[in-house]
Amino acid sequence: MTGFQLEIQLTAIIVAAACALPGTFLVLRRMAMMSDAISHAVLPGIVVAFFLTGNLSSPLLIVGGTATGLLTVVLVEAMRRTRLVREDAAIGLVFPALFSIGVILIARFAGDVHLDIDAVLLGELAFVPFDRWVVAGVDLGPVGLYATGVVGAITGLFIALFYKELKLATFDAALCAMLGFMPTMLHYALMGLVSATAVVAFDAVGAILVIALMVGPPAAAYLLTDHLHRMIGLSIGLGATAAVAGYWVAHVLDASIAGSMASIIGLEFALVFAFAPHQGLFSSWHRRRLQRWEFARKMLVIHLLQHEGRPEAVRECRVDHLQDHLQWEREFAGHLIRQSELQGLITREGVYLHLTAKGRSIAQEAMVS
Amino acid sequence: MGYAVEVRDLTVAYRQKPVLWDIDLKVPRGVLNAIVGPNGAGKTTLMKAILGLIKPAAGQVLLNGAPYSRHSVRVGYVPQRGSVDWDFPTNVLDVTLMGLYGRIGWMRRVGRKERKLALQALEQVGMQDYAQRQISQLSGGQQQRVFLARALVQDAEIYFMDEPLQGVDATTERAIITLLRQLRAQGKTVMVVHHDLQTVTSYFDNVLLLNVRRIASGPVEEVFTEENLRLTYGGRVAFVQASG
Repeated sequence: MTGFQLEIQLTAIIVAAACALPGTFLVLRRMAMMSDAISHAVLPGIVVAFFLTGNLSSPLLIVGGTATGLLTVVLVEAMRRTRLVREDAAIGLVFPALFSIGVILIARFAGDVHLDIDAVLLGELAFVPFDRWVVAGVDLGPVGLYATGVVGAITGLFIALFYKELKLATFDAALCAMLGFMPTMLHYALMGLVSATAVVAFDAVGAILVIALMVGPPAAAYLLTDHLHRMIGLSIGLGATAAVAGYWVAHVLDASIAGSMASIIGLEFALVFAFAPHQGLFSSWHRRRLQRWEFARKMLVIHLLQHEGRPEAVRECRVDHLQDHLQWEREFAGHLIRQSELQGLITREGVYLHLTAKGRSIAQEAMVS
Repeated sequence: MGYAVEVRDLTVAYRQKPVLWDIDLKVPRGVLNAIVGPNGAGKTTLMKAILGLIKPAAGQVLLNGAPYSRHSVRVGYVPQRGSVDWDFPTNVLDVTLMGLYGRIGWMRRVGRKERKLALQALEQVGMQDYAQRQISQLSGGQQQRVFLARALVQDAEIYFMDEPLQGVDATTERAIITLLRQLRAQGKTVMVVHHDLQTVTSYFDNVLLLNVRRIASGPVEEVFTEENLRLTYGGRVAFVQASG
């Protein structure tokens, strides 16, 4: 593995982790689509800051992008508050307007620099090693790695310091306000970090895939755990795994690194969605199936208990009766009877069914509870 | 002697449309006070305005004789159960601990002392065995108990509870009422948004009848009359005559 390859993967990992951190809170606040808005709306801020500095690696680009990112949040909130527009429509109105201003500015005034529309939408991780930070002739490594590293570290520090406050503001903003923790301030601080992250991630993966990195890993982690701190850890892990796997898939297929990363995230989510131990599609299907059998078994023993030893038992406690009266399908009833026999709940004598002592006690228990 | 809650000329409006019109209210200390009124009467809005969660258009609120700020008086708030996302990844103990965040302060972590207090509060509401339970697995009544425990750890002087008996089972209702009486015995004041008119007389000392305006307020036996109920609910009150 060459140094360049290492630098690209390291940057990809840091971008993924930096996105997963605020992304967790976006997902929990049901604001996932805000990442879409912000990641596009940072563009005009970046472009204007670039015009002012003439330097694509200036830290002022992060400041400019964060400013227009926050502007989006403020505008969406202001429109929503008029109650003339719903929040989703407000998002759809605000960010394309800001984004298109950025696109026009680039097309009109920056045609000759590396700030073209393709790069804006998709980014290019492979270019990260070419823009290096050289101080007094010493090569300190790619600028992109430092930019994402610093923003990621600030986001991580913010979440670590204000973990308790952020949790409360996300779960119950009213109590948060009553206890004096200023949920609105926390909200804007978080949105500022989302914006700054979007700016640095922008260079690497572009405006569209930032969304995948911010929403995908936390949404998958949400299905895997019941604890917020584990959800954050898992999001980072899933994002970082997708970063490395995505890099090598792109390497083998000679495709876009960012595109491969986003595809791996999609794959990760699909796998978790299907196979998550408790909340996944298959385990809930399996659980429902087990419950259905369990319930049917209880119905069977209770039915037998109700009629046991009574004159009608000859009629009621028969195999064919289950099909007629309990409306069970023949196959289902047959399987259930075999199963219950195996478990020692009932015995079968020709077409007649009898409860065992074990079956009787289970029926009695089920009726009490 | 001062009042626990004193509201003067409180008006809350949404775009010039009043939600609460010129509310005056005095609630003495150490009583259980019900707030009743039809849907849209402004019961929740009144609580939020008293607690400073909504900015009123006009008026003044005094808690224990002073304008409310979180330093002057300890206030516990139990919001409506549906106001939070119960699928949030956290457990019962953690939610209870949130009531102590104010005392813990910015950036500090939860300690052993706080954990002990939270467990005690859970024991008071009969939820000590559920401390580690994920909150999405709770029944409605259990969720309500957790919210109560979260308010109890705040060790407040005045409690505000928004429909704590809404949709809970009979056992939980009895447990909550017992708890409210214990709070009263400790001299606390409890304001409760309440829906079931049948139980107002047996559960509460004072009542506020609200429908955008204050219809009546005071001791239950004086103001919880058929006449006042008709004024509050309009013609729809015939079915509760028994309670009048």
